[in-house]
Amino acid sequence: MTVNDIIELLDGTALAGKDELDKEVLTACGSDMMSDVLAFAKHQCVLLTGLCNPQVIRTAEMMDIVAIIFVRGKTPDETMIQMADEMGLPIITTSHRMFSSCGLLYEHGLTGGIIDG
Amino acid sequence: MADLMELNYAVSNEDFTRAGEASSDVKKKLKQLGVSPEAIRKVAIALYEGEINMIIHAYGGKIKVTISEDAITLILADKGPGIADVEKAMQAGYSTAPDKVRSLGFGAGMGLPNMKKNSDQMDIQTELGVGTTVTMVINL
Repeated sequence: MTVNDIIELLDGTALAGKDELDKEVLTACGSDMMSDVLAFAKHQCVLLTGLCNPQVIRTAEMMDIVAIIFVRGKTPDETMIQMADEMGLPIITTSHRMFSSCGLLYEHGLTGGIIDG
Repeated sequence: MADLMELNYAVSNEDFTRAGEASSDVKKKLKQLGVSPEAIRKVAIALYEGEINMIIHAYGGKIKVTISEDAITLILADKGPGIADVEKAMQAGYSTAPDKVRSLGFGAGMGLPNMKKNSDQMDIQTELGVGTTVTMVINL
């Protein structure tokens, strides 16, 4: 699944990293807790979150997250968009809620990856 | 083994939105040096968790990163309140972070365990009222 596929599935809008939307996504992680993202996110992972602050972008940078999907219509401010653009990190916003967003992606074959402790 | 590079950062607690700038810079430099992606990921996670901890608990501090041919050493030193019970602090889920920090997406009690998980060696020297120094080594 690519970031573009995700945009289509979630009726999303790309706000940053628009040159990187053909990147392949292998797993997904849904959390509002960045501590957990730092402890559990997997390789080539997309992050779904309802938390909207600059530390979400930083966390994504540290974890090599492929793209951030802000759920429930959360929209990042200019500073966050600029940060993500500089990193080439796609930001997508969708009006779907967390549960539905995760469900739609899961239904189309994206999983959370295997837990390795 | 001779050190190839030393990086120093001062971490300020004044602006939480800037947390992670040191970790971001270290990550970029390691990439430029051609360090393996696995090692970069470990350093990035361990250092970012440490940087966040310094800001949440210790009003900022100093980070020193030493890169040699066989290892990357991260030293995070602060003059914060110290850790009262290191054993407890190392337990996943144990947190003393205030609610304000949780509303920012941190304080799940995963920081120190995650730092240990991502480093090959970790040492914590702490004294109440004096400060804490965390040293982490990631082998190359």
